[in-house]
Amino acid sequence: MAGLDLSVRLGAARLPNPLMTASGCAANGRELHRFFDLGELGAFVTKTVMAEPRAGRGTPRMAETPSGMLNSIGLQGPGIEAFVATDLPWLASVGARVVVSIAGNTAEEFAHVARVLSGSAAFDAVVAVEVNISCPNVANRGLVFACDPVSSAEVIALVRPALPAELPVFAKLTPDVTDIVTVADAALRAGADGLTMINTLLGMVIDTDRLRPHLGGLTGGLSGPAIRPVAVRAIWQVTAAMRAGGIPTAPVIGVGGVRTGRDALELVAAGASAVQVGTATFNDPKAPLRVRDELAALVAERGFARFSEVVGIAHERMVHP
Amino acid sequence: MSEVAQVDGEVVAARSVGAYTQLTIAAAPVAAVARPGQFVALAVGGATSSTLLRRSFSIHRTDPAAGCVDIVVAAKGAGTVWLTGLGPGDRVDVVGPLGRPFPVPERPGAAVLVGGGYGSAPLFWLADTLRRGGTHVELVLGAATEDRLFGVDLGAGSADGVTVTTDDGSAGRRGWVTDPLPGLLATTGARVVYACGPMAMLRAVTDVATTAGATAQVAVEEAMACGIGVCMTCVMPVVGDDGRTSMVRSCVEGPVFRGDRVRWDAFEDGVCRVPVDAVGAPAGGGH
Repeated sequence: MAGLDLSVRLGAARLPNPLMTASGCAANGRELHRFFDLGELGAFVTKTVMAEPRAGRGTPRMAETPSGMLNSIGLQGPGIEAFVATDLPWLASVGARVVVSIAGNTAEEFAHVARVLSGSAAFDAVVAVEVNISCPNVANRGLVFACDPVSSAEVIALVRPALPAELPVFAKLTPDVTDIVTVADAALRAGADGLTMINTLLGMVIDTDRLRPHLGGLTGGLSGPAIRPVAVRAIWQVTAAMRAGGIPTAPVIGVGGVRTGRDALELVAAGASAVQVGTATFNDPKAPLRVRDELAALVAERGFARFSEVVGIAHERMVHP
Repeated sequence: MSEVAQVDGEVVAARSVGAYTQLTIAAAPVAAVARPGQFVALAVGGATSSTLLRRSFSIHRTDPAAGCVDIVVAAKGAGTVWLTGLGPGDRVDVVGPLGRPFPVPERPGAAVLVGGGYGSAPLFWLADTLRRGGTHVELVLGAATEDRLFGVDLGAGSADGVTVTTDDGSAGRRGWVTDPLPGLLATTGARVVYACGPMAMLRAVTDVATTAGATAQVAVEEAMACGIGVCMTCVMPVVGDDGRTSMVRSCVEGPVFRGDRVRWDAFEDGVCRVPVDAVGAPAGGGH
């Protein structure tokens, strides 16, 4: 394993290894830094930041489900001004490579957040921006941007020029669509340098004592190992379309239900160049680094010299019926 | 934030106490630095468990010399049933100590400690700490019924006076923990009340303490997925030093809050709403 090259290239960004935290599962770093050095990660992915401070939703915000959970946080956050004044400089001070997750109620708000970020003092720590288009579009009856190829493209087309050309922009897609390849195509043609797949699936839990919706926000995002096969499927479908030449080729960051190195290897073999660990961090605060080491061991055991050789390999080893 | 450890803990002892199970877990790095009011977050079901979320328990006591922490568990759901099934030699992953402890006054005086059900678990350790500093401690233990009380037998050794209440009168005085509270505050001249238990009880204790001119320090029990401050599920509206209300994490900014800072008006019928005057509250239309 000592000889294994774990480095990955995501557009212009080069990372020492493919493991990241997942947005909304690691706050903005200070809490996990008590358990491991954030600089050991390939990159640290921030909680989604919007233009203004946001209180989020009331409680209950959470329900445990089989091998997963529902959350309904409501994008609680400090707003971009406080983020660049406090959180980003702190992440830079501990040597983290930072992927900043951004969102907006409108396409223009996304671009505003990107502009404030790119003009900030600690911007050098940022290795990529992840555009969380899985939030409601105020201008389109609250429909989630990522559910509509046109809305997705509008956001990316405004964000891309608001950031330096060499900084990769990743669009984070929801699996709650009829055809994820169409949305991936729209985001890439609008200027995204890559894709993050998948965001949570929309779910709901009923409190059977009170016989009413359990979550304060009624519906919530389903995450955890329960959704891993959906992530593998989405990564597979989009990667297959890229390999067939149907949509532009671009790196994919895989996320969804990864708890172990074996789980991560599934997403990688389906086409992911990097992997985020989200809900599993709630169970094991050191999960992102543990998964990195388990993944490295599995790749080395299978006789590869470079991690990059395994990315998408399942497409080449398919047994055609 | 203080020192925290993740430990592959070993169960040293498990015993039934009334309706509850008391677990003694070897977790030396936790026992070494924990203070009353802090909690531990336990993973349940082993490495391949389908219940991923950690279960948080206030620390009942520590034995730093033996490297052990004790918690009190009520078997209610899948996770707590698994925990109460553990026996000596079994392993459980422990993260802790977490959260802010009860603030202990610098000068001796008098204090009233109020525990509802097994919420009393951390109070005996707190009482010992306070009495070592010369503080007179009155303990009030309450529950719906006698079997839901915890620590009545421990009270005499930890406090100068113990009052027991039950809703049905099956033990001690019939009524609520708040019934004897005004009298105890008046006779002892206590300026601080420490409380741990259900939200409705903490609110009532805060009202009585505030009326008497005392400060309530309440340890809340909010549902948490992680316990370490990253999941943002255990938030509640609390007024900060600047007078503004924010949705703060009970695992990091709490679990101990000044009762008069908690926006009790936001809690109703099992839900907590975001007060309209909270920082970042939705303007119209909601989030």
